Amino acid sequence: MIMKKKVELLIFFTFIILALSLVPAISVPAQQPTPSPSDDEVNAIASQLFCPVCQNTPLDVCPTQACRQWRELIRQMLAEGKTAAEIKQYFVTYYGASVLSEPPRSGINWLIYIVPPVAFMTGVFLLFMAFRTWKKSATRPATAPNPINSRGAETGSCPAADDPYISRLEDELKKRK
Amino acid sequence: MLAQFGFGVFILTFLLSLFSVIAAVLGYFNGSDRWVEAARRSMLLIFPILTLGTLTLVILLVTGHYELEYIYSVTSNDMPLYLKITALWGGQAGSLVLWSWLMSAFASAVTLHKWERDRELLPWVIVVISVTLSFFLALTIFFENPFTRWWQTLGGDFILRMFAPTGAVPVFPPDGQGLNPVLRHPGMILHPPMLYLGFVAFVIPFAFAIAALVTGRSDDRWIRLTRRWTLVAWLFLSLGLVLGMWWAYNVLGWGGFWNWDPIEVAPLMPWLTGTAFLHSVMIQEKKGMFKQWNMLLIILTYSLVILGTFLARTGVLSSIHAFSQSSIGPVFFVFIGLTLIISIALLIYRWKDLKAEVEMSSWFSREALFLLNNLLFMGVLIICFWGVIFPLISELVTGQKITVGPPWYQRTNGPLFGSLMALMGIAPLSAWGRSTFKTIGRLLWKPSIPTVLALAAMIALGIRNWIALVGFTLVAFVIFVTLFEFWRGVHSRQKGRGENLFIAIWRLFGSNRRRYGGYFIHISMVVMAIGILGVELYQTTTQKLLATGDDLQLSGYTLRYDSLTQVPNADGSSLTSAVVSVFKGGQLLGKLHPQFATFPSGETATVVGIYSTLADDLYVVLIDWESISPAQAPFKVVHNPLVNWLWIGSLMFIIGILIAAGPEPDKEDLRSTRKLE
Repeated sequence: MIMKKKVELLIFFTFIILALSLVPAISVPAQQPTPSPSDDEVNAIASQLFCPVCQNTPLDVCPTQACRQWRELIRQMLAEGKTAAEIKQYFVTYYGASVLSEPPRSGINWLIYIVPPVAFMTGVFLLFMAFRTWKKSATRPATAPNPINSRGAETGSCPAADDPYISRLEDELKKRK
Repeated sequence: MLAQFGFGVFILTFLLSLFSVIAAVLGYFNGSDRWVEAARRSMLLIFPILTLGTLTLVILLVTGHYELEYIYSVTSNDMPLYLKITALWGGQAGSLVLWSWLMSAFASAVTLHKWERDRELLPWVIVVISVTLSFFLALTIFFENPFTRWWQTLGGDFILRMFAPTGAVPVFPPDGQGLNPVLRHPGMILHPPMLYLGFVAFVIPFAFAIAALVTGRSDDRWIRLTRRWTLVAWLFLSLGLVLGMWWAYNVLGWGGFWNWDPIEVAPLMPWLTGTAFLHSVMIQEKKGMFKQWNMLLIILTYSLVILGTFLARTGVLSSIHAFSQSSIGPVFFVFIGLTLIISIALLIYRWKDLKAEVEMSSWFSREALFLLNNLLFMGVLIICFWGVIFPLISELVTGQKITVGPPWYQRTNGPLFGSLMALMGIAPLSAWGRSTFKTIGRLLWKPSIPTVLALAAMIALGIRNWIALVGFTLVAFVIFVTLFEFWRGVHSRQKGRGENLFIAIWRLFGSNRRRYGGYFIHISMVVMAIGILGVELYQTTTQKLLATGDDLQLSGYTLRYDSLTQVPNADGSSLTSAVVSVFKGGQLLGKLHPQFATFPSGETATVVGIYSTLADDLYVVLIDWESISPAQAPFKVVHNPLVNWLWIGSLMFIIGILIAAGPEPDKEDLRSTRKLE
């Protein structure tokens, strides 16, 4: 029984020692230099950022010394295991939102995303409404001719005479058939 | 002495220009033809005199008068003659001189005619052109004088003045700073003059539009008179844009041709309104409708032309192109504001006179589709304008800079560009007034068959990206519809008149240059779209430090670094040039020489090595910002599928405009010929 307990203790301590001996083994990879991320891995993130100094120049192609250091910083952060989002956030924190290729969706910046579609859809709506009115006035002469339409005819809007070139072309095509 | 002479010439032309304005206004209000004639002759005089002034500046540039600040900043002893001449537009002051000179050339061309038939328009055409010219000449004289020289004061300070300050002595630097290296490229030598030609040519239709508004002429005479001017403007503006893209592709070394930089978007904006205008004037000519809208479009185009120059030249957007900052910003701003307000006020004043009964018999009539085209172009304009202006507003409000970059523009514009392509496919099949869904559908099925086959081929080839499938299908659709339209016309002539194929094609284009020239331009546009889609969707890139003999792989190509040479140039710069071999499938395709020049100032200019085929470009940049040695050199390699179709499409586009701008057959002649037949 005592023998069995000694064996159990031996096994227990052996595990402890083994476990303790593993600790440095586990931490070694974190301390040793990791393989440096490639230029392509760095550029994949740098190309999504703009140079904080030279406006409108993507970071991956900016030739300044500062940008070279920033690319090295990205390399270093990648080596530390940082994600693309974390690296981008770092640049935004230190150099402002202008490093991003699109403004963050917050505050007044929402206007950049909202104004063009709203303006365009307003244009679509206005044109649609106007079109319905124009179409009504175009169909009116068939039922009730009025002076306005006769004025329209004067300006050359009679459909039959609208496109003499097309009419001639189509007539010639018909003759052949 | 020469500088003072040049400055004097500019003052003289400025006074002549002001005289033109006053004489034309007096002539109009007093009903005096003599005053109008005096204004016309004064305008005619400006061109030769301003040519003299511009030539003076060119002589100063070529002979190295570095005591003048402008000459000092853009030329140097080592620059070749052609670069010294083209340095005229290498900086801000010279660019404005070029603008004025081109404007005066166009003004003279317009006023060479006596305009007997349209005498009433002439005074106001002169007023608008002369006011524009006076503004640019005033900028040169009062703000950006290229004849300003260096002086040293008694206190030892160096100052810039036109005339000698008391006690100061002139300074004669032995050499200048030289032109910015990235500007020493044929693309950038030709880009500004082309862009400016486009800009100033758009002033002519605007001037006639304003003249029509002031005189109350509500017909489409002003449009017919300026149709060719508008096409010329459009041609040069388009050429300017394409040359800018070509320069960016070959010089910047970024791998692309368009980065939605505000300075690229600025000249695109008048192009968009100009293109919408070119289409919508046809509705007015054919149906007498939308007169106010056409006026508004040409007013906007003019304002955007001035805004384009303002954005590029005042440094308000600090970007790679805005090389210089200057004090002319507020002046520009006031001029744009005033001309826009006055023009719009005139339009409102004449609103009722321009009102015409609008009738639309069908949603699918040609006029309806032209309107849709205008809506889409205005949509793209809103996006571009907002993308350029919003960062300035945001900075003003929050104090923080933001960037509106390519992803935003691509995502927002993409659907509109796609819709425009679809419209290019449908509109040629529509007729004025009477097209319906049925009539278009009847014509559509024939070109739809090869389009569907093209789509099937793309799927069979393994294309799965839905944007590519939609984009390339639309390209095929436009090409097949347009070819179908050509075929209908040619077939009709062959059968009806017994003409052979080539004569039928020739005469078909001759019979309606505007229509068929326009269709040809549509094809050129979608050919350009092939290149744009290829690069936007399928571009791949890699960067690697290569030791001699090492290679890298990209998209089926293998690139091997062979050697590196560094040689000093006679102009003090040194040229670093690499030799790389390009292989595909183990076979040597050729050798490329990517290089860069380093100038004494420390600035560099890249020369990209490109292996080019109709299918793709292998684009190799010897990176000048990383450490480099013969033993190992860093390369950035970009694979750009189909990019050359962009340049091919551009050349086709020029041909299309030349077809469209050619002389229309005289309608009287045609009638008499038909009678004889």
